[in-house]
Amino acid sequence: MTTVALPRSERTGFRLLREPALIIPIIGAGVLIYLAVLPLFMLVYGSFEKEIAPREFVVTLENYVNAYASPYTYSTFVNSIIFATGSAALTFLLGTMLAWLTERTNTPLRSLFVPIAVVPLILPGVLESIAWIFLLSPKFGYLNVALQSLFGLQSAPFNVFSLPGMIWVHSVGQVPLAFLLMVAAFKSMDPSLEESAMMSGANTWQTFRRVTFRLLMPTTASVLLILFVRTLESFETPALIGIPARIYVYTSEIYLAFNEYPPDYGRGAALAVGLLLLSAIGVWLYTRSTGESKKYQTVTGKAFRPRQFDLGPWKWVGFSFLMVYFVFVVLMPFLVLFWASFLPFFATPGWDALDKLSFDNYRYLVGFRPFWDALQNSIILATSTATVAMILTSLIAWIVYKSRLPGSWLLDFLAFIPITVPGIVMGMALILLYVAFPLPIYGTIWLLMIAYVTRYMPYGMRAASGAIVQIHSELEEAASASGASWWETFKRVTLPLLRPGIAAGWIYICIVSFREFSTSVLLATGESRVLSILLFTMFEQGQVTVVAAIGMLMILVLLIIVGIFYRISGRFGIQT
Amino acid sequence: MIEVKSLVKIFADGKNAGVRAVDRVSFKVEERRFYTLLGPSGCGKTTTLRCIAGLEKADEGEIIVAGEKVFSASSGTFVPAYRRPIGMVFQSYAIWPHMTVFENVAFPLRVGKQKVSNDEIRKKVMAAVEQVELGGYEDRMATQLSGGQQQRLALARALVREPKVLLLDEPLSNLDAKLRERMRVELRELQRRLGITTLYVTHDQIEALSMSNVIAVMSAGVTVQEGTPREIYLQPRTKFVAQFIGSTNQISGQVTNQGSDGTGTVRTDEGEISCGILNELTAGDKVVVVVRPESIVLHQKKPSHGENVLEGKIGAAMFLGEYVDCTIELGKNVLETHQPHSLRVRRGDPVWVELPPGDCMALPAE
Repeated sequence: MTTVALPRSERTGFRLLREPALIIPIIGAGVLIYLAVLPLFMLVYGSFEKEIAPREFVVTLENYVNAYASPYTYSTFVNSIIFATGSAALTFLLGTMLAWLTERTNTPLRSLFVPIAVVPLILPGVLESIAWIFLLSPKFGYLNVALQSLFGLQSAPFNVFSLPGMIWVHSVGQVPLAFLLMVAAFKSMDPSLEESAMMSGANTWQTFRRVTFRLLMPTTASVLLILFVRTLESFETPALIGIPARIYVYTSEIYLAFNEYPPDYGRGAALAVGLLLLSAIGVWLYTRSTGESKKYQTVTGKAFRPRQFDLGPWKWVGFSFLMVYFVFVVLMPFLVLFWASFLPFFATPGWDALDKLSFDNYRYLVGFRPFWDALQNSIILATSTATVAMILTSLIAWIVYKSRLPGSWLLDFLAFIPITVPGIVMGMALILLYVAFPLPIYGTIWLLMIAYVTRYMPYGMRAASGAIVQIHSELEEAASASGASWWETFKRVTLPLLRPGIAAGWIYICIVSFREFSTSVLLATGESRVLSILLFTMFEQGQVTVVAAIGMLMILVLLIIVGIFYRISGRFGIQT
Repeated sequence: MIEVKSLVKIFADGKNAGVRAVDRVSFKVEERRFYTLLGPSGCGKTTTLRCIAGLEKADEGEIIVAGEKVFSASSGTFVPAYRRPIGMVFQSYAIWPHMTVFENVAFPLRVGKQKVSNDEIRKKVMAAVEQVELGGYEDRMATQLSGGQQQRLALARALVREPKVLLLDEPLSNLDAKLRERMRVELRELQRRLGITTLYVTHDQIEALSMSNVIAVMSAGVTVQEGTPREIYLQPRTKFVAQFIGSTNQISGQVTNQGSDGTGTVRTDEGEISCGILNELTAGDKVVVVVRPESIVLHQKKPSHGENVLEGKIGAAMFLGEYVDCTIELGKNVLETHQPHSLRVRRGDPVWVELPPGDCMALPAE
């Protein structure tokens, strides 16, 4: 009885239309359709068009023939599958090892490695790729050179410009995600399930095989799936390593169709539709496997005190693994970027390089206008995207979870759509929309803002609805029963309670917007260029040490944002 | 002070047919009284309370609070919750976690229609906080309080703007047993001292019996019986009330004789039983005879006289500390009795039970 909500459906007729409570959802649905559905519609529409923005619409399958019946189709497909499968498997393996060692064993210093394992999140994908090129390039890669001189090898042992190289670089960037998901899985596992297996006479190995492993199966499947989809959607590594190596995957084909002369928008759109379908199927399977109800769940289940496996002498093997991971995967990319940012040009390391170290790259940036423009664009975009997205999603989450108006589930669904849209597909769709649309924002940062807001809406929804669901409706009713009007209740009770969750969502969107690459690569041109795109183009032009300097400054900005986040979360008591 | 007239509240349950959560409920709470709505979960008691608070809009009927018509379906009157002269304590207490104890209590004064000066607020809040014995805790964050303290805080917040009516929605159900017992006494004391008209909702019969002036027992959206705690316990008018409040024994039978003084006899499988009989029953009606476990007198030797003496044997005897819970197997029925702990019996011992006619009541079988 006490759980029955306030049904507002009893007011009927014309009063409904004058009710602000109903105008807002209708506007909300309109905005969401405009942001999430219209671009996709234009993308599909465009993929059947003979030419872009035509005077008359001619239905054609030519684009699809060009896209999928070319001699490259097969190799692109195979590359994509190998890239995505290999990355998902490697990322999962590394992430699970880290999570297991730090959560479930007595490996020395394991608690110290928990924050360390998450650190690579700060490194934008573009910089991750650049750093690994510095390390593993067959010509001048530091690691290669070091190994060659150490073992007297004739040729470089590693070549980053290969499919295994791409898999490695993309994987190490994704490990923190797998790590966090697996830590959550290990944490939510009730140790008494394992203990009761042992009490039934199962030994450690049998317990692991018959209970632990089985319990982790569903999580494993869903984590692998989401890693696979994310790799398929990614463009950082395919752009920086794949294209120079002539190893093309799905996303790079879309980019090239757009970048060749003359651009073949139709073929790009046809490719994008295919990638969109693949990704949508992946997300659909993922939500099905994890359960619809968990879509917005931030904390999964109860936190148990997990049982620890005593590794015996093997704990030192675990420790070495953690140390090697820390030094090579976490630390080295940062160090190599830092080192390179002081070099005039990239050279094999040696004592003579020490004399060449200088602040020239940084000094150069002071007077380098494109850098300042891009930095300004990135900061404006990050803050405005976060603000707009959080305002929008808070309103929508409130409608969905509090008002219980009929049809509000539709808003939830609409806001969730962009999670299925790969970044480069979103870029393609927006180009097709705004080339045809009478709104002169093409080539400005407004277009980028629309793109970012759309893409990060699902994250905003997750933060906002998490915060809203936590507010027991009696807290608001108590205000009402204390004599507070709707507005007073909202201002003094609802809003202050929402603030921590919304702040967390804001910071998160701020960070991901600041490092966004795969959508911007199609949309950010000239004036609207952002930092990640500046890095990309300058790297292509060979100014690699200046790129390293920009990268260091970019990391600095991100660290400041994260620092602010920790300050805020400390004050409001956010669980991080 | 509170008057509810044939209140109806329908909840849509997805399909076309709505559920009548409250179905033509009427009652009146006199000034300074402590009135309790008692019933199992889902009986409509909380919905009724929420309609009075204005958190729910009823579909039919009328509600008058402190002389003002706050809801009337026929005239379309609906005074919003924040304009009603009420104070309310919620089941979860609904203490705002982002405010201190002081700010929680001050809230109703800050948002009210008439502006209250800061000095006045301070004075009133301190008085309210003292009243619930939370003095000295004003500057703590509300979340640092224990369950019992949060409960008092919720009470102070409900009382601070001196409402005409206090609404309490299962306020003690989240406390542990010992604390609940103490809060029952404190809450009732406070209510008496302030003389505030109180409507209390609970599913706990002991709370209802011990605190109320008047109890209304509800079931499936309707009021089944209204009366003083004594009436409700000793003279239940339906099988539901007898079963829901306290534990009770039932023996089915048929009315054989209906006296004019409200007594009569019932033929049961265990023989004729003399008992109280409701006026509306007549000879031949199917009834159940109800008798409380503590009313049954147990004899280990066959008594020489006495009415309603039945022979049986001990089924089980459980020592519960305060008393011994004995089941007695009769021919076709099993009776539960509470006996002093001096009783020494074993399973299978022959016994004779005496059902005092004044404590037996025949109620309609359905």
